[in-house]
Amino acid sequence: MPSQPDLVTFTVDGKEAQVPAGTLLIEAVKAAGVHIPHFCYHPRMKPVGMCRMCLVQVEGPRGMMLGTSCTMPVTEGMVVHTDTDTVAKAQEGVLEFLLLNHPLDCPVCDRGGECPLQDQTMAAGPGESRFVEEKRHYPKPIPISDLVLLDRERCILCARCTRFSDEISGDPLIEFKDRGNATQVNTFPDEPFASYFSGNTVQICPVGALTATPYRFRARPWDLEAVESTCPHCSVGCRISVQASRNEALRFLGVDNGPVNQGWLCDKGRFGFEFLNSGDRLDTPLVRDEDGDLVEASWAEALDRAAAGLSAAAAEGPGRLAGLGGARSTNEEAYAFGRFVRETLGSNHLDAQLGDGLDPRVLAGITPRAAIDDLERARTVLVWAPDLKEELPVLYLRVRRAATELGANLVVVHPRATGLDPVATHTLRYRPGAGTEMLRRLADGSGDLAAVRAALDEGPVVAIIGRPGLGDDPRLAEAVMAFAAGLPDAAVLPVTRRSNVYGAADMGLAPTLLPGRVANDAPGRDAAGILEGLASGDLGGLVLLGSDPATDYVEPQQAAAALDAAGFTVAIDLFLTPSAAKADVVLPALGFAETEGTVTNLEGRVQKVNRLLPGPGSARPAHEILEDLARRMGGSIGAASAEALAAEIAGTAPAYAGITWEALSWGAGREGIVAPGPEGSQPLAVAPEDHAPPPAARDLVLHQARVLYDRGTLTQAGPSLAKLAKEPAAYVHPEDATRFGIKAGAAVRLTGSGGSAELPVVLDPSLVAGTVYVPLHLGAALGAGLEISMEAVT
Amino acid sequence: MTRILLSRMEAHPSDSHTLARYEATGGYAPLRKALGMAPEDIVAEVKAANLRGRGGASFPCGVKWGFLAPAEPRYLVINADESEPGTFKDRQLLERDPHQLLEGIIISSFALGVHHAFVYVRGEYPRPARRIQAAIDEAYAAGYLGADVAGSGYSLDVTVHLGGGAYICGEETALLNSLEGRRGEPRIKPPFPAVEGLYAKPTIVNNVETISNIPWIVEHGGAAYDAIGPEGSRGTKLFSLSGHVRKPGNYELVMGMSWREMIYDIGGGIRDGNALKAWIPGGASAPWFVEEHLDTPVTIDDIASNLSMIGSGAIVVMDETTCMVKAALRVVRFFSHESCGQCTPCREGTTWLQQVLTRLEAGDGRDIDLDLLLDISDNISPGLAWPPGMTTICPLGPSAVSPITSLAKYFKDEVVAHVHEGGCPLA
Repeated sequence: MPSQPDLVTFTVDGKEAQVPAGTLLIEAVKAAGVHIPHFCYHPRMKPVGMCRMCLVQVEGPRGMMLGTSCTMPVTEGMVVHTDTDTVAKAQEGVLEFLLLNHPLDCPVCDRGGECPLQDQTMAAGPGESRFVEEKRHYPKPIPISDLVLLDRERCILCARCTRFSDEISGDPLIEFKDRGNATQVNTFPDEPFASYFSGNTVQICPVGALTATPYRFRARPWDLEAVESTCPHCSVGCRISVQASRNEALRFLGVDNGPVNQGWLCDKGRFGFEFLNSGDRLDTPLVRDEDGDLVEASWAEALDRAAAGLSAAAAEGPGRLAGLGGARSTNEEAYAFGRFVRETLGSNHLDAQLGDGLDPRVLAGITPRAAIDDLERARTVLVWAPDLKEELPVLYLRVRRAATELGANLVVVHPRATGLDPVATHTLRYRPGAGTEMLRRLADGSGDLAAVRAALDEGPVVAIIGRPGLGDDPRLAEAVMAFAAGLPDAAVLPVTRRSNVYGAADMGLAPTLLPGRVANDAPGRDAAGILEGLASGDLGGLVLLGSDPATDYVEPQQAAAALDAAGFTVAIDLFLTPSAAKADVVLPALGFAETEGTVTNLEGRVQKVNRLLPGPGSARPAHEILEDLARRMGGSIGAASAEALAAEIAGTAPAYAGITWEALSWGAGREGIVAPGPEGSQPLAVAPEDHAPPPAARDLVLHQARVLYDRGTLTQAGPSLAKLAKEPAAYVHPEDATRFGIKAGAAVRLTGSGGSAELPVVLDPSLVAGTVYVPLHLGAALGAGLEISMEAVT
Repeated sequence: MTRILLSRMEAHPSDSHTLARYEATGGYAPLRKALGMAPEDIVAEVKAANLRGRGGASFPCGVKWGFLAPAEPRYLVINADESEPGTFKDRQLLERDPHQLLEGIIISSFALGVHHAFVYVRGEYPRPARRIQAAIDEAYAAGYLGADVAGSGYSLDVTVHLGGGAYICGEETALLNSLEGRRGEPRIKPPFPAVEGLYAKPTIVNNVETISNIPWIVEHGGAAYDAIGPEGSRGTKLFSLSGHVRKPGNYELVMGMSWREMIYDIGGGIRDGNALKAWIPGGASAPWFVEEHLDTPVTIDDIASNLSMIGSGAIVVMDETTCMVKAALRVVRFFSHESCGQCTPCREGTTWLQQVLTRLEAGDGRDIDLDLLLDISDNISPGLAWPPGMTTICPLGPSAVSPITSLAKYFKDEVVAHVHEGGCPLA
């Protein structure tokens, strides 16, 4: 239990208030309804007292003392004045100083209308300037990265951006240079501001000095419509504000949800809104004609075709059909999909994952599961998971905060260097396939691992566990979870990336689960089994809901072949993905920001997503499409509306009891509600066992893991992120390079279980020798097998 | 003539900086004495001496030492970033008697429980830096530094660090940031360095001259030091006398004489028989004195009660040929140039003051400009009081205000003449 901080009583402008001891004055006065203007102060960063806007007077032994309220903690009996003539004069003076060299180009500035400097000037600034001298001049905006531009004339040198990059994201690529009146923010020579978190600096800039290319000159704030929602790009579930004008999404802004993202977003989330506006969005149903081409069709025609095809396959016998997908849908859509597959198609062959995640029973059933906010109290954090900076970036920020600001021990176990390594207390490396041995040594904790083991024995421990790469068996992750659960005061967080995969598992989109974290006693096939069944003819048809196995399955070529062989396929999607392109009927769905519902993040937090946009053409909500199909097939899944589905979930799925839209829309519920909900129902308890395979001796093993910017459909559908995906490469340990007689930059041919690719070599001494790393989804599809062969290309 | 600091270099100008000469003239005997004392007894002697800091703030040295927090490790940092216009006393101490400073460092470190001391030398002082480094090298070779100082078992390392050429690094917390490899920007206080200083550890920052007094105090006792000079201004003080006097230079003086004696006797009077117009009594940040102050005493407290400060002891004398608008501009331009840029009022305010003064001096002044200058100043240093209030993080901004208030107080007519005559009437 966190100890209750002592309260202190103080007086501001004659009003008495109580706040926890140590609260900064600038925050404390809010308790008395007083607002102090400020620019450099940001509640999520350390105060620096630089802009001097928040000057107030405090009564002291030597009279009234002027000081910055952002740097003064409140003490018992403190008497503060924010409304004296002296304070007013000082604050007005600072504002005048800030405006001296500010260009006042508000009419053409993106920040105009939502600018703290503009607002403060309108509220308390001088009507005209006393400054008749020449202003500072710099060349107008200079690009400091692919996404961010810097206008140094507008900059008021508050250091919010430089502090964010240094303190919060840990990539200090922007810094002040020069001195005095010539001080300016800039990058280092030849080092662009290539941060995964650069967009946060644009959002927290108190003027229009930093602007982002996707939003520049696109709108004025007063023309924007906005709804609060949950970022659709990964399973962290950052709170965002979706903003649009004339039915076009224009930006996402971070909303400060304390237990989750604390206001921050990664650039993939922030600038990943562009897919919503993509011209490639499906806007009408497609059906395959006699020539085998997909052609536009009416909804009635397409639904009839889909229902007929599925009914025919269903008539061949029970369990002839399957469903894949739902991990990117809302809970309501996922729930409807589950009912559709189980009830209408009469099948238990149902999987939201594509062989690249974790056992759904682990996603739904690990207890006690860690909350992200447990990191605030952790003494030790164990990360044996995907590189969080690449896959779950804002979780990376929270772990980084624990390790830097809060002083927790951080142990990172991974096949190669990760983004967290610079702040880790201990880093351990292993070859994929040898994870069990690594775990055994870690558990044993003798020899050179004694110090690591000692750190892990300091609780409370938060263990973030997942599959570092495709080469790591999901059962290894379960063995690590079993180990971690035994650490002192431990809470385990099983992590995998796809945005609503936890919600999908909770909605029963898994062969082994029913909605609400209930075990399914008659399990069906998982993704591997479904694709195998389609290929062999054991299954006669498939419904895809926002799922692209031909790209995302661990063996994409196998998946593509299975889809080719499938008897009848219906794809419900936003885009004509490689998988949808193989379907017999393609039905265009509404996506993020076009439907209303809930999603569940990796800690089990249920949050609301809201509707702002109409969506393209005749695209429809997935649950409506499924209900129409069900009706044509002689039934109903009861999906009258998303809200009705939500009520059904809250009423019947045990872990979601009481988690209603109403509860999520007001007060504390806006932070989301962690399932099990207010009713406190018991989740499925899964105790993972150590059943990882023994390590096998192999010459070269393959480590494949995701990077933030890849060739995924949503990333490539927006111009800003599409260009950030790098070319694929083979990362080779220097010893192996010597052994194979290859140099950095040379080409090698890699051949794996599912394909072969010619790639340039990058030397990576952070690997364990004998490992080759290839980033996933950059264009080199090698398959999921651990063994790999490498030969120099001459 | 009382001598504490300059006796060796005056007697042996050719080799006073060497270890041989230093030892031959009694050097490092105080260190041996100190190593036989309890550290707290050394601190007590320094307190009893009533030695006040020579870097500018005149804070009692022993009291400062008493604030040192108990955490380990703790550091002693010597501020040798002497950069204020008109100040050149520490340079002489570093160049001519570096072992005197070093012995002071070793004794002070021993007294404070410090095992690593730093000397932060102004970047434009290559020769003083070489001399103190040479002295340190000699001291290591002779066993006065290192793992076993003079056979006592006490260990001390001393590191010399050359600054990058920023005046602001003479502000002690900016100095510490610079020493840590960060931008030389003053820190918000509290915490003070004695609690959280270098590398966030307890740190004492002392001026070169202050610490150069320590061997003498240990040798003769705090009471002997406290017997020299008037109350509140004990010991001797180095004054850097410059400007329009006949005999500029560094002078080691017992305080208490009048300004008239300082300028006309010690300084030899005004050049070319000119009349005195004004002087800066304690460095560029100090409000100016004029004829009415000639018979006030030169002590730390008397200068303060006359609303200026002794500062680092830099006296700049200006005669009747001096354009006071130009003089103010020169001082303001210095502070504007040296502003670190971190906080708004200093960065923007000092530059604005400089711009307005530049315009005035060039003959493009307006009637409202003096009031404007004063109001800008008031927004940097509220109330224009002495000692100055500040809206800034450190006193550099308010330092630029001193010439403005001095101008308004004593030379308003000259400003008005600049406006009405389209330039300097003296030109």
